[in-house]
Amino acid sequence: MDKTREKMKRMLEEKEVSAILALRRNHGHPTPFLFTKAEELKDWVADEANRYPLTKLLIKIARKHQSDVIGIIVRGCEERSLVELLKNFQLRQGKVKAIGIACSQELANRCRCDQPFPSQVEEGQVAKPATDFSDLEEIEKLTEEDRFQYWMSQFGKCIKCYGCRNICPACFCPTCTLEDANLIKPGGMPPEIPIFHLHKAYHMADRCIDCGLCEEACPMGIPVRRLYRRVKKSVKDLFGYIPGEKEDEKGPLEFLGDGSYELPGAGK
Amino acid sequence: MNYETVLTTCTYCGCGCGLLLEVLDGEVVGTLPQKDHVINEGGACIKGWNAHEFIYHEGRLKHPLIRKDNSFKEASWEEALEVVVTCLKKIKEENGPDSIAGLTSARCTNEENYVFQKWMRAVIGTNNVDHCARL
Ligand code: SF4
Ligand code: SF4
Ligand code: SF4
Repeated sequence: MDKTREKMKRMLEEKEVSAILALRRNHGHPTPFLFTKAEELKDWVADEANRYPLTKLLIKIARKHQSDVIGIIVRGCEERSLVELLKNFQLRQGKVKAIGIACSQELANRCRCDQPFPSQVEEGQVAKPATDFSDLEEIEKLTEEDRFQYWMSQFGKCIKCYGCRNICPACFCPTCTLEDANLIKPGGMPPEIPIFHLHKAYHMADRCIDCGLCEEACPMGIPVRRLYRRVKKSVKDLFGYIPGEKEDEKGPLEFLGDGSYELPGAGK
Repeated sequence: MNYETVLTTCTYCGCGCGLLLEVLDGEVVGTLPQKDHVINEGGACIKGWNAHEFIYHEGRLKHPLIRKDNSFKEASWEEALEVVVTCLKKIKEENGPDSIAGLTSARCTNEENYVFQKWMRAVIGTNNVDHCARL
């Protein structure tokens, strides 16, 4: 990653950016860090085993330092999440500079990733898409009753840590539906199911960029990504919309009602 | 502009999950579960995810308080320890060491907890020791 490190160094030295958000080796552990000086970059790591929601962490930094242009190292999914955050006004156009890095084939396979690379990559081999929806296909083979049972037993394990929401780089509302007592009864464990998980799924339908961080963060091993992949698929089938793809295209669930989206008809 | 994440261990229970405290310009603004920690592997419970919140909480005790005339008054450590020593001595003399129990905290380190139980056993002379993290 020497070329990328050089580029980061140049950007900092030439003041193209005030700082760069990336991972740094910290007592041997890759952890998020904001690089402000070129000499700090010796500790930068493009670690693949420890993915943190860097784009989401950038929101609070950028909100406090609104006049600064901040660089950020992005993988394919992180670039897609940047697109979602920009179009939903969580980050400001022109104030973020993405530096793309490609994922290894091993990581792409592990993530079952459609597009394991951002739009621009400085160096290295770009991995082949590792598209794999067998998790969905498997569950869709079940009868409706069995499928419902499957999900209810999964949701029943939930300890309401909100980790799937907190880690999600496409989730950002300051007032969250999942904590709205009128919609989801508070105080219980597990939370009210299936409504707790369905609310999150509905909200992710036109925002989820399928990075899989939610499932990684779930301490109870609930396959939440599978659920979000399903709603994402519905949005694609119904509206031809893919979150994270185009910056100038609004999510259909936000736009319904003003005529800009026509339902192409059931089943298409 | 300064942002870093500091490795630490959750202070809420005995599991010992690895956490990262997000520090923005010297202020702790958030918590993330540590991805490569052997215990929690990138997950945390709701308390862990919010472990930073008590730091600036207005209810947080920053000085010893001594109860005088039914209300708490701020005191120096010397005064506070003096009260503790006098009262504990008196109770021990009048009612024996087993009339005293010690409850320690997950907010302390292992070493501090070790010292505390040792002190309860060797100085006070009782096995009445427990810990808030014994969930
Ligand atoms: S989801 Fe894709 S782009 Fe993101 S880390 Fe995995 S392989 Fe890379
Ligand atoms: S895969 Fe999970 S964490 Fe990633 S964008 Fe979708 S819902 Fe959020
Ligand atoms: S991460 Fe898992 S356990 Fe935590 S709230 Fe989400 S589904 Fe429930």
